[in-house]
This record gives sequence, C-alpha cells and structure tokens, in this order.
Amino acid sequence: MRAILIATLSAAALLAAGCSTTPEDQAAAGVEDRTGKPGAKPGADTRAVQPPKVAAVDVSKPSASSVSALKDPNSVLSKRSIYYDLDKFDVKDEYRSLVEAHAKYLRENPSARMMIQGNTDERGSREYNVGLGQRRSDGVKRMMVLLGARENQIESVSLGEEKPQADGHDEGAWSKNRRSDILYGGEY
Amino acid sequence: MPNLVRTLIGLALLVAVAQARAQLEIIVTDPGAQRSPIAVVPFAGEAAVGSSLTQIVRADLERSGLFRGVEVPPLAPPPTENTPVNYGEWRSRLADALVLGSVVTRPDGRFEVRFRVYDIVKQAPLGAIAYVFTKENARAAAHRVADFVYEKITGEKGVFSTQIAYVVRRGAAFELQIADADGERSQYLLRSNEPIISPVWSPEGRRIAYVSFESKKPVVYVHHLEDRRRQVVASFRGSNSAPAWAPDGKTLAVVLSVDGGSQLFLLNADGSGARRRISNSNSIDTEPRFSNDGKWIYFTSDRGGSPQVYRMPSGGGEPQRVTFEGSYNVSPRPSPDGRVLAYVTRNAGKFQVALLDLSNRQVQVITDSDHDESPSFAPNGRMILLATVIGGRGVLSAVSADGRIKQRLPFAGGDVREPAWGPFIE
Repeated sequence: MRAILIATLSAAALLAAGCSTTPEDQAAAGVEDRTGKPGAKPGADTRAVQPPKVAAVDVSKPSASSVSALKDPNSVLSKRSIYYDLDKFDVKDEYRSLVEAHAKYLRENPSARMMIQGNTDERGSREYNVGLGQRRSDGVKRMMVLLGARENQIESVSLGEEKPQADGHDEGAWSKNRRSDILYGGEY
Repeated sequence: MPNLVRTLIGLALLVAVAQARAQLEIIVTDPGAQRSPIAVVPFAGEAAVGSSLTQIVRADLERSGLFRGVEVPPLAPPPTENTPVNYGEWRSRLADALVLGSVVTRPDGRFEVRFRVYDIVKQAPLGAIAYVFTKENARAAAHRVADFVYEKITGEKGVFSTQIAYVVRRGAAFELQIADADGERSQYLLRSNEPIISPVWSPEGRRIAYVSFESKKPVVYVHHLEDRRRQVVASFRGSNSAPAWAPDGKTLAVVLSVDGGSQLFLLNADGSGARRRISNSNSIDTEPRFSNDGKWIYFTSDRGGSPQVYRMPSGGGEPQRVTFEGSYNVSPRPSPDGRVLAYVTRNAGKFQVALLDLSNRQVQVITDSDHDESPSFAPNGRMILLATVIGGRGVLSAVSADGRIKQRLPFAGGDVREPAWGPFIE
C-alpha cells in the first residue's frame, strides 16, 4: 500500500516537473513528502527532536536487499521455474506461493521489469510449441497482474521447445522442459 | 511501434557467407521400381574443367528417383553433341534416353558445355542447348544441364539448380545455412548461440525470413542474401514467429503475441507500415502459409480443442477447417500447384508427413518415421524435403510426392533441421 502511495506521489511530482525528472528525482520527491520541508527549524523552546526514522522507498531501482533476495537461495524469489503437467498450462498449486512472491516483489518494486519465458517439451511442431509456451507464460503473467503486478512490468514470451533444461527424450526430461522461467531486468 | 525496421549488425553473431565445414550427403534408401534408364556419356573435353560435369548430371538425375544411370563403356573417339546417333546400338545397351555433349574452352578462358538429349525408344532428338560458365561455377552448370535433360524427358521443370536452407545445431551453436539442392556448396548465413527456426525463402529467392532467439525471445528477421543485410521485421512485445511470404514478395504473415495469445498478422516485408491482425480467436493460430495463387492462408489452430489445419481468405475472413482425421495435424504446406496439402500428423505418438488431396479429401501418409517435421515442397512439387530424427540425430530427408522414393541427407556432426526448399532460379 505504502509503495503504491509513494508511487502515486512520485507520479504527481513527475507530472508537476513536466516529466523531465530522473529516477533519482522521483525517489527524492517521495521522501520529501513524508518528512516535511527540509531545513524547517524546530521551535526555539523545543528540544531538538530526532526526525522520525523514515522508511524511504527508492522507486528508481530495486533496493540492494531486494536485489540480493532475487539471488538468495534461501529466498523464494531465487526460485524461477514453474513446471507443468503434460498438455497443461495452469499454474499448479505447489507453485502458487512462488508466483505470489514474485508478484509481491513487482508490486513493491514498480520499476522492476520481468520476462517470463514459456517452454514446452520437444514433441510436435516447433511453431505450435512456440504457441503453447506462450500460453504458459501468458498464464503466469495474468496471475501476477491479478496479484497486483502492473501489466507493463511483465513481458511474456515463448521459447517453444528450443531451450530445453534437460536433454533426454523421455518423460523425465520432458517434465523439466515444460516450464515457465522468470527473468528480471538485467538478466535478459 | 518504434524501431520496426532496424538493420542490425549483431556483435555476438557472425553474419557472413562463408564455406561451412561439412557437406550434406545424399543416399537413396528406396530407389523405387520404375526408373527410366538413361546414358549420360562423359562430355568430350570436360577434363579441362577439372571436375566431371557428367558425374554431377548423373547424380542429379538418379537422385530425382526417376532415372537410373546406364553403364557406358569407353567410346573412341569420344562422341560429342554432333556425333550421329545409332539408336539401335543404344537400345541394345538398354538405354531409354541418351545425353551426348562436349566442353570447349572459350578464348576468354570460360568454358562452354554443349549437349543434346535423345529419346532412344522413339528414336528422336529432344533438344540441345549450350551454357557458358567459369571453372568456379562448373557445379552450377552441371545442375543446369541436369535440369534441361529432366525437363526434356519428363516435361516438368527440374529443381537441381535450386537451393535449400536449413538450420544446423552443434551443441549450443546454431547456423542457418543454404546449399545446392544436392547439399553441396553449403554456406552459412547466420551463426548464433541462440536457436534459429522457421526459415522461409522469399518468392524470388533473394531473401530468407526466419525466427532468431538471439534477444532471448523470438524475433522475425529478413536476411538479404546478396548484401547480407539483416532487417528486423517483427520485434513486438511478446513473441514474434512463424513468418510466411505472400506470393507478391511484399507481405509477410507472422504470428505475434502482442495482443495476447498467438494470433496471425500481416506485415510489410520491408518493415514499413502497421501490422494488420487477420485472426481473432482465443486459441493458438500459427504456422501460416499462403497458397501459391495468394488467395488462401493455411494455418494451424487449436480453436476446436486439438491442433488442426484451417484456411482463411488471405486478407482475413472466416476460417474453414481443412483436416479432420486425427487429433494432431500441424505445419500445413500447400503444394505449388495448389492441389495438395502436405502437413504433419500424429499417429500413435509418431509424427509423420501426410498429403491431403484438396479435391477429393483423400489422405495419404507418405513417411514411416517417428519424428518428421517441417515439410517443404520442391518448387516443381515432385519432392518434399523434411526434417526427421534417425539414430538420435536430426537429419534431412526427401520423399517423392507419391511416397515411393525416399532419400536421406545425413550430415557430419550436428543436428540438421528446419529445411526450406527455395524457388526456381531464373
């Protein structure tokens, strides 16, 4: 909620500034609105009060902690693959929390960008498999948008059968290849 | 849409025409029963060229599946196109047709091959012609000779001078290559560390459209063979794939996911103008192919629950279902004369090429392998090139349109796939 509020305020500041501001300006505007005017002096007879700790949110780039969370093996955000049953395109329950975590990350980092690559196993027409992979990645995107990610943060694409994770020609390999992979800006 | 047209010089890619390392090799695995015996007598004086034209002519004719070479004993003096023909003598050698010719060196250093074709059974000359060529183009000249012989005897244009395109994968490296129809003289157009799929020749044969994954998603390019220029023609948000040329060479049908799902669009092949959406479904609509007369677009759609072939008027309109037998019919390719549709059908887990006669609805499965993909008609409609898997490796195979003659084009090292047979070259 707070992130959304700040994003809104930043957007207002952006509009006021004629949309020529840099991302750093967006962040500064957000902080300023929460702390009052900088340089405002406390009253003479008043003890100097430590300004309240401000949870600044930098909307220009993901914070260092959240970036590392994307790579932290202990974070669900480091898990990037969603696997599917044969001829299935819906996200199985076991991957729901994974999708929710990534949707939350996008919600809290409005400048973050994501590519979802849908994949299929090797059987059948390469181009039809591009279509099937697209159906998988579109499904993940739709779910994330319903969970509060913004549409323009996510590009869903398909690699069809062209980028298998496993090279075999049996169900063991195919089940690893029917998947959607999540990549963040900078990773693609 | 910004940057619709971008001429790219890929830094991570070696875009060049260079001699590829390995060559295709053709083996006739099922020569068929009724092959016409033909005697191609070594052309007098061809030793000056440094390579044997007649060997290439013979190999071409045999590879068509319609001819069988007749052993010719050494003849002295070597006959030429001007030697009178003793029909009875050639009949006794069991030849139905005869080719006599010679090669002379011209004052400018180029060569000239002159030859005549005879029908031994009817005891009649069928025609004569001469071609001028340089030493480097001896192979192309031989293909021209074979095309002339083929056309004089069968009444149909030969395809020995045409080219094929295909993709070779070696480990993580992909190459888009072109070669003569016999697999010789292969050269690569594009080398990439990401997949390349769906090459298709423009109608005049000077451009190839394809899908490259070099930007981590499918993007459609048009590659100009003469100056190696690459043009991005579809790089919209989402996936861009399955290019198909309209017969006018100016329009491409493509599949885009920019509006969600996978839908058919028309684009100007030079990247100008706006995209025009021509399919409107909640299903996957893909693999468009224009009929040669430009009236229809055949495509794959799973709007009925399983992937089937449909067609619609090429400007858009109500689709009609074309395939009905089976639960998986994909990759439609209308024949050059528009009478037959080749496609891939799944039979008990096997993917095979089928032909549908569009006038009487008869279906004939013409391959007996398990993993057939990407059928592509020769421009004369007599053969279909396809990708298959043999011994765990991707190879190209060619099958005659009646299914009787099959050839394999194995490749030394790497998986070969995504074949596309080019048009007639003028």
